[in-house]
Amino acid sequence: MAENKMHILVCGGTGCRASQSEQIVNNLKAELESQNLENDVRVLTTGCFGFCEKGPVVKVVPDNTFYTEVKPSDAIDIVNEHIVKGRPLQRLLYKNPKNNYKVTNTASIDFYKKQVRIALRNCGFVDPENIDEYIGRDGYEALGKCLSDYSPSEVIDIIKKSGLRGRGGGGFPTGLKWEITSKEKNDQKYVVCNADEGDPGAFMDRSILEGDPHSVIEAMAICGYCIGANKGLVYIRAEYPLAINRLKIALSQASEYGLLGNDIMGTGFDFDIEIRYGAGAFVCGEETALIHSMEGSRGEPTFKPPFPSVSGYLGKPTNVNNVETFANVPVIINKGAEWFSSIGSENSKGTKVFALAGKVNNVGLIEVPMGITLREVIFDIGGGIRNGKKFKAVQTGGPSGGCLTEKDLDIPIDYDNLIKAGSMMGSGGMIVMDEDDCMVSIAKFYLEFTLDESCGKCTPCRIGNKRLHEILDKITKGKGTEQDLERLKLLSNVIKDTSLCGLGQTSPNPVLSTLLNFEDEYLAHVREGKCPAGQCKDLLKYEIDPDLCTGCTLCYRNCPVGAISGEKKSVHYIDQSICIKCGVCFQKCKFKAISIV
Amino acid sequence: MDKIKLTIDNKEVEVAKGTTILDAAKQIGVHIPTLCHMKLHDMGIENKPGGCRVCVVEVEGRRNLAPACVTEAAAGMNINTHSIRVINARRTVTELIISDHPFECLTCAKSGECELQDLAHQMGIREIHFEGEKSVYREDTSPAIIRDMDKCIMCRRCEMMCNEVQTVGVLSAINRGFYAVVSPPFEQNLDHSVCTYCGQCVAVCPTGALTEVDHTPAVIRALSDPSKTVVVQTAPAVRAALGEEFGFEPGTLVTGKMVAALRRLGFNYVFDTDFAADLTIMEEGTEMLDRLSRHLNGDKTVKLPILTSCCPAWVKFFEHQFPDMKDIPSSAKSPQQMFGAIAKSYFAEKQNINRKDLVVVSVMPCLAKKYESSRDEFAVDGNPDVDFAISTRELAALIKLANIEFKALPEEDFDHPLGESTGAGVIFGTTGGVIEAAVRTAYELHTKKPLPKLNFDELRGMEGVREATIDFDGLPIRIGIAHGLGNARKLLEDIRSGKSHFHAIEIMSCPGGCIGGGGQPYHHGNSDILIKRQKAIYQEDSMKTLRKSHENPYIVKLYEEFLGHPMSDKAHHLLHTSYFDRSKHFEQED
Amino acid sequence: MKVKSLADLKKIKAEVQGKIKLREQGENADKIVQIKVAMATCGIASGAKEIMSYMIDELDFRGVDAIVSQTGCMGYCYAEPTIEVIVPGQSPVVYGFVNKEKAKEIIEKHIVKGELVDGIIPVTFKTIDE
Repeated sequence: MAENKMHILVCGGTGCRASQSEQIVNNLKAELESQNLENDVRVLTTGCFGFCEKGPVVKVVPDNTFYTEVKPSDAIDIVNEHIVKGRPLQRLLYKNPKNNYKVTNTASIDFYKKQVRIALRNCGFVDPENIDEYIGRDGYEALGKCLSDYSPSEVIDIIKKSGLRGRGGGGFPTGLKWEITSKEKNDQKYVVCNADEGDPGAFMDRSILEGDPHSVIEAMAICGYCIGANKGLVYIRAEYPLAINRLKIALSQASEYGLLGNDIMGTGFDFDIEIRYGAGAFVCGEETALIHSMEGSRGEPTFKPPFPSVSGYLGKPTNVNNVETFANVPVIINKGAEWFSSIGSENSKGTKVFALAGKVNNVGLIEVPMGITLREVIFDIGGGIRNGKKFKAVQTGGPSGGCLTEKDLDIPIDYDNLIKAGSMMGSGGMIVMDEDDCMVSIAKFYLEFTLDESCGKCTPCRIGNKRLHEILDKITKGKGTEQDLERLKLLSNVIKDTSLCGLGQTSPNPVLSTLLNFEDEYLAHVREGKCPAGQCKDLLKYEIDPDLCTGCTLCYRNCPVGAISGEKKSVHYIDQSICIKCGVCFQKCKFKAISIV
Repeated sequence: MDKIKLTIDNKEVEVAKGTTILDAAKQIGVHIPTLCHMKLHDMGIENKPGGCRVCVVEVEGRRNLAPACVTEAAAGMNINTHSIRVINARRTVTELIISDHPFECLTCAKSGECELQDLAHQMGIREIHFEGEKSVYREDTSPAIIRDMDKCIMCRRCEMMCNEVQTVGVLSAINRGFYAVVSPPFEQNLDHSVCTYCGQCVAVCPTGALTEVDHTPAVIRALSDPSKTVVVQTAPAVRAALGEEFGFEPGTLVTGKMVAALRRLGFNYVFDTDFAADLTIMEEGTEMLDRLSRHLNGDKTVKLPILTSCCPAWVKFFEHQFPDMKDIPSSAKSPQQMFGAIAKSYFAEKQNINRKDLVVVSVMPCLAKKYESSRDEFAVDGNPDVDFAISTRELAALIKLANIEFKALPEEDFDHPLGESTGAGVIFGTTGGVIEAAVRTAYELHTKKPLPKLNFDELRGMEGVREATIDFDGLPIRIGIAHGLGNARKLLEDIRSGKSHFHAIEIMSCPGGCIGGGGQPYHHGNSDILIKRQKAIYQEDSMKTLRKSHENPYIVKLYEEFLGHPMSDKAHHLLHTSYFDRSKHFEQED
Repeated sequence: MKVKSLADLKKIKAEVQGKIKLREQGENADKIVQIKVAMATCGIASGAKEIMSYMIDELDFRGVDAIVSQTGCMGYCYAEPTIEVIVPGQSPVVYGFVNKEKAKEIIEKHIVKGELVDGIIPVTFKTIDE
């Protein structure tokens, strides 16, 4: 007997919750109750649907109707229209921006069409706080199979054959990593899940833990079985309370079911997981720094070797994988290495989750097969550039990646191609820029991030990045010289060449890639003192065209610093020494008399 | 051990597996410059955070440059230590460090001894191509150590000494990125921390970020004041290291020249802390025998082992960290403070000088002695027993300031009565020395028999923790020795948990004992220097005719004329002290 | 509850799968049979609710994987209750005057065997799924 006739799935990811999705759930339940429909329709909170641009998102199954930008007050209409009257609530349906047609079915939304969801398979599908739903989706079957049917080395072989590579950024083959740790001889080993996601704008790991925590728990246990560890640790940022909470619930449910603890599924294998909190330092995503932080020391990287697989947490062999990597593992075991390796490109198998952000129409969390092109991601899934502007660049790999341009749009995305193009996969941040973005400012922005997040241990990263930033700042203020561009290049290369950890070794990438691809823009700043994108405030000048000015005094009245003077009905004038370049006059002028020069 | 072959600067070299590129290069005479790296080989102390990146070299086939100090040499490696890529990187890194460093070399206390200065010279830096913000911190002045973190280059040597070697845990990196700096907890000043003033941070600091509080101006003022009688005492370890400041080989004893120099500086009496060391043995040795015999007679209230108490950093360490055990160390004052107390009582009376007009200056290998002399309990009506404690380095500076050609000085003798000492007093300057001196006296006092041999090789050495059993004519006395507070901590924890089986333990805070003190000439990471100083100390001991403290005629006379007998009421009043629980000693500053 | 073996886990899985069946179907909507019951006032008045429940139970009982959902008024108020049956790869078919017997027949013949049943109303509208 089917339990309910319909399910209403409400996104409970961090983004949608911030837009009151919890209230939507409450209102839906209340309304259903008032109509005596609570037994027919089940309302549940799921993990992230990915389509954060249009959140909060609500989906009704089995007919798969997809509502976007839902407000708590819409709950009544959803129940009355969709549930009672059985017709989709037209006003909340997603409208295809290309033709303005309303789309009822998730599968017909462009944002989802090219996605392949493996790591995110259960996000937006199951109730993450209910282990039964995960079990219903083949959950813990992979663990059961591994423990009962395979030897550790057979499991490692499957992972190796699948071609899975680390999703945290490095792209190290996961099976090989497990194998190395498994071969270390020690009475105590550890499995560590790196959930210290810190790239600006990236939130895939957090979303997986929020939407499907059991997949990570299961994978960690499988990893523990393979390498001979019975202790797992999840290093997660204390600033991700929802993910922590869901993970805690999942851990206690797994223990209750005996899927963690002693003698798991009667196989004699013991495995337990503890949570360790990070205080929010980007560098702690680096595995040695992460381990030091877990040990209670300052979160600083140390030189490798020794690698954690040899000497990690408390000096014991430790296998560190990131959340997304783990999330792939159970599916690989269940569906086989061949299935997984059939997806993706030659050297990068499977899918990758990206946090698509910036100037695209559809920002959100997407999972695509490796080998898809940037163009498909930005223009098909992302729905193209906002407000019909022109695409300028895309930054992949977070603050350590590089800016790729129009010429790179048809490169199939995978680990090796991105590096060849001068960027990297990173943990999957993808920020799209349009013609209004100043590339010098962008490079400066990213460097500001690394500057804040550098631990300060090694000279090039501590002082070098500071000096890089100072030079960039000088350029954006119109005080740079062509010699400064040379210095930027030289210093960037030395920082890359001499820094201790990945943070410093990649921090100059935004500078180098923008210098390479947008040299003209840099030159315009230093030679002509101009910012072609009109972003660098110090290089802007607002001027009033005497021929167009009608003397309406609107600019004069709105200027916050009194930089504009002029009599009524006569031409106005901006005193550049007072002007703070806020742009209010430019926005207010009805006669287009004010221009940026 | 497995050997591997590799090529460095076109030369093939064979090294043991596990050797770093830095050490491998040294074997063929290639000295790759370093800055943060420091290795005190004989003490097993090494700082290699791989942070400064000065030692980077090019390894064929490697994506980026490799830091030589932490990268293990591998078979078949082809390394270039001075390619244009390397030189460019190394100079840029050096320039970056300097770009965040004050240009104060001319007035810096570390000028001439600064490793950053040396590096800049070696790199041929003539211009700094980067300019920008510089780190600015408030200066922190404590009774012994000055922290000027503007000059910190984040080598982390001090942090390593403070945490790993000394386990004091005051200094640690805080903040991030450009604003990362080494600091006491909560950015408090040192005097609001559990700092012991051992000065090992100063001893290893490559720049002028950590230096001692300079007492030389006060000493010069006292010397030029005609109303003052100024006496000086010199600690045993000073004579074994002072020569290094004047171009002598490390390990050269310069006792006589030092005395001559002090006289020429204008000290009215040049005395010896070694005399007070002999006195310490009388008091401490007697206390030890007293506790021991009561223990052997079944007195359960007596606590053993007895711990030495000559080292002020050690005293402050247990006051902060082991206050529950503050009744275990000997109550005897340190030789410096015994000297001050005797000088300002016995000697002042003898010479008929008001103690206020008598200035006692001590020359110490130590920075904690500055703090010790400032402790309230070591003063009478606000007049300290020891007025100024200067380091070996400060004495050298005074000698240079007074235009004295040290090398040409004649050898002179100490003044009497507080300048006579035995070999037992001399060996106070090295780890194992205090307890050996105590054994020499305690043995004879206990057994009433002459010692069959004077050298106790079983107590000597450089291992961090040593133990030996000395046969007191049928009574086995178990002795422990620790130098370095981290090693001391191990023994203390054993005592706390009841695992300790020792009767007596000697503790010195600095690796090697006072010869490696925070006020000694900088060793710049060369531990051979410490070994040589230790040899010099034992050499001076062996040259002495009198080598047992109780045989020092001036000590005998002091008891006869003034103190009565060891542990007499008068001795107790002048020569013993008590300790404080400092576990909750300091409050937060605003 | 403790999972004591892999077989145990599979047993639990079978028990709990019902909870998420609706969503699984939704994910594979284009591959399975869909039945839409017109559930406007006219339909409800004619017993559409009962028909919908009946169909859900009957399909479940027979182990037929099908999505039963409600839809609005299809415009055939004279023929309520009406249902639309969509078999993958075929044009949708609308039946009128569906009672329990008719529903059973539709399941037995149309859905299981692929034979059309009497009572089809000619379709004159387009669904809004595009």
